[in-house]
Amino acid sequence: MYKGGRIIAGLLLFACLALMPFLINIGKAAAKPSPQVNTPFIQQLTTQTCVEPAAFMKTEHMQLLNQWRDAALRDGKTVYVNSQGQSFPISLENSCLKCHSNPQQFCNTCHTYAAVKPYCWDCHNQGGTSQ
Amino acid sequence: MWAWREVRELKILYPLLGVLALVLLAYAGVVAHLNVFFGIVVPYLAFLLFLVGFMVRVITWGRSPVPFRIPTTCGQQKSLPWIKQNRLENPSSALGVVGRMTLEVLLFRSLFRNLKTEKRGDRLAYGSAKWLWLGGLVFHWSFLIIVLRHLRLFMEPVPVLITQLGDLDSFLQIGIPLFYITDGLILAALTYLFLRRVLVPQIRYISLQADYFPLFLLLGIAASGVLMRYVWKVDIVEVKALTMSLVTLRPEVPLSIGAIFYIHLFLVSALFAYFPLSKLMHMGGVFLSPTRNMINNSRSVRHINPWNYPVQVHTYEAYEAEFRAKMKKAGLPLETE
Ligand code: HEC
Ligand code: HEC
Ligand code: HEC
Ligand code: HEM
Repeated sequence: MYKGGRIIAGLLLFACLALMPFLINIGKAAAKPSPQVNTPFIQQLTTQTCVEPAAFMKTEHMQLLNQWRDAALRDGKTVYVNSQGQSFPISLENSCLKCHSNPQQFCNTCHTYAAVKPYCWDCHNQGGTSQ
Repeated sequence: MWAWREVRELKILYPLLGVLALVLLAYAGVVAHLNVFFGIVVPYLAFLLFLVGFMVRVITWGRSPVPFRIPTTCGQQKSLPWIKQNRLENPSSALGVVGRMTLEVLLFRSLFRNLKTEKRGDRLAYGSAKWLWLGGLVFHWSFLIIVLRHLRLFMEPVPVLITQLGDLDSFLQIGIPLFYITDGLILAALTYLFLRRVLVPQIRYISLQADYFPLFLLLGIAASGVLMRYVWKVDIVEVKALTMSLVTLRPEVPLSIGAIFYIHLFLVSALFAYFPLSKLMHMGGVFLSPTRNMINNSRSVRHINPWNYPVQVHTYEAYEAEFRAKMKKAGLPLETE
């Protein structure tokens, strides 16, 4: 090989970069987050369900919140009627966080895992500790 | 229609059908519950092919001899002390070469010199043509940033730098989930690179299936990713559980994740497997470009042609010794008596 040393060195560097996700995870076992839904408020509920089915909430809650924000601030709506016909007050702090009064163990466990930082907490209060 | 001939000649149609077939295959896998195969086996295999194939190709290239230093004509080479050398274009030191290569890889400097040859009136003219450079640069940087942002799915805890890259990319704060600027840019750039191939007659003429296929594949990957983020949302926590199980080498049968994820993943796997076989290998090839990676020191260092074989020479001394008698007879002058 011509200039073999440099080419091999370059290839080794490339391999290390490509394998980096594997290398830095050696010996680690990443635990999936387990968001806690057993807040005192939820435990008092007769039917312990979210505003929409849990599967829907897992993937769509951010877009639902966005719709809530528009509904509240642009259309002046205060009540959300869900797919089952139940009504919930539209509010981030006084609805979501009323049931999920443990945002640190709920919202944040998932968000840290997925590396998202909703900017909502720049203004909205996350309950005691404003992030 | 502009490209109807090429579509009919199947230059465009076959690559397009190929990518669509990949999408359908992944979808069929979801319908048939082949999650282990499409979520674990295929990604591992594709990654292995990528890594090994990449190495093999580069090593094969490395074995071909490169005898000469190739001075580029676009910069003054090192010469007499009072002639100013262009150290970047025509470096005479290893540092200069590193500088030239770095800027080539990061900014595509040689593509910036791209020219357009055209007839202006009766005269031949060379105009500047920067659109390809811009489109190429936008695509490659967006791709890099997207891949780096994806590392959030492969690391736990996620490094601050990766999170900040995402913050920066989404600082416009449009919509929820936040719109990433690079998502828009990569789709725009790929669309431009495709339209350029079909709308410019000369480029359409030289474009091959091997040019259209990577374009469609990348468009498919970007489009499926964008759809997954903004429209057909999937549970990112479930996705990350899968990706983390893959990189910790304890693969787990993924729970239900939307079909769009498997389509995205399968197209990415196809890209990885196809990479070493394709023109995309310019990723490794650029580092081996002789006009970019050679110090121009032909005048100060002797370079021996690597394929030189011993040449049978007949020196004048030997010639004279052999024919001395005959030369003397003919009255020819001799160097040694
Ligand atoms: C009436 C109380 C209540 C309200 C209001 C409420 N939730 Fe829930 N939420 C629950 C309960 C109970 C669950 C668990 C449901 C289950 O497991 O079936 C849950 C589940 C969830 C989940 C799925 C968690 C998981 O991993 O299973 C998300 C995400 C969520 N909620 C977000 C929200 C958001 C965002 C809002 C405001 C738009 C909200 N919730 C409003 C009670 C509520
Ligand atoms: C710049 C500060 C700011 C940011 C950032 C912000 N909000 Fe708000 N939000 C407000 C203000 C102010 C109101 C109006 C409060 C009122 O009228 O009582 C409001 C109201 C709302 C409401 C309806 C009323 C209520 O009680 O909740 C929702 C829902 C909401 N915001 C959701 C969000 C979400 C989701 C985010 C993050 C994606 C977000 N907001 C980010 C300032 C902000
Ligand atoms: C089951 C895990 C989970 C729970 C619980 C959860 N989230 Fe999320 N949330 C996510 C994931 C994952 C994303 C990012 C999705 C993506 O990147 O496409 C997200 C994104 C968001 C976003 C959009 C952020 C952005 O920058 O795009 C908002 C707003 C949000 N969540 C609000 C909440 C609130 C408020 C709660 C608590 C009431 C909550 N979430 C609970 C998983 C969760
Ligand atoms: C060549 C490599 C890849 C490219 C170019 C690519 C491209 C994209 C693009 C453009 C998006 C849109 C959202 C964003 O920009 O983050 C996206 C999203 C996504 N990609 Fe990829 N992708 C690649 C590899 C992968 C791999 C290997 C995985 C996982 C195994 C993956 C999983 C995802 C997921 C889960 C999303 C949705 C993210 C969200 O909703 O926030 N991608 N991809």
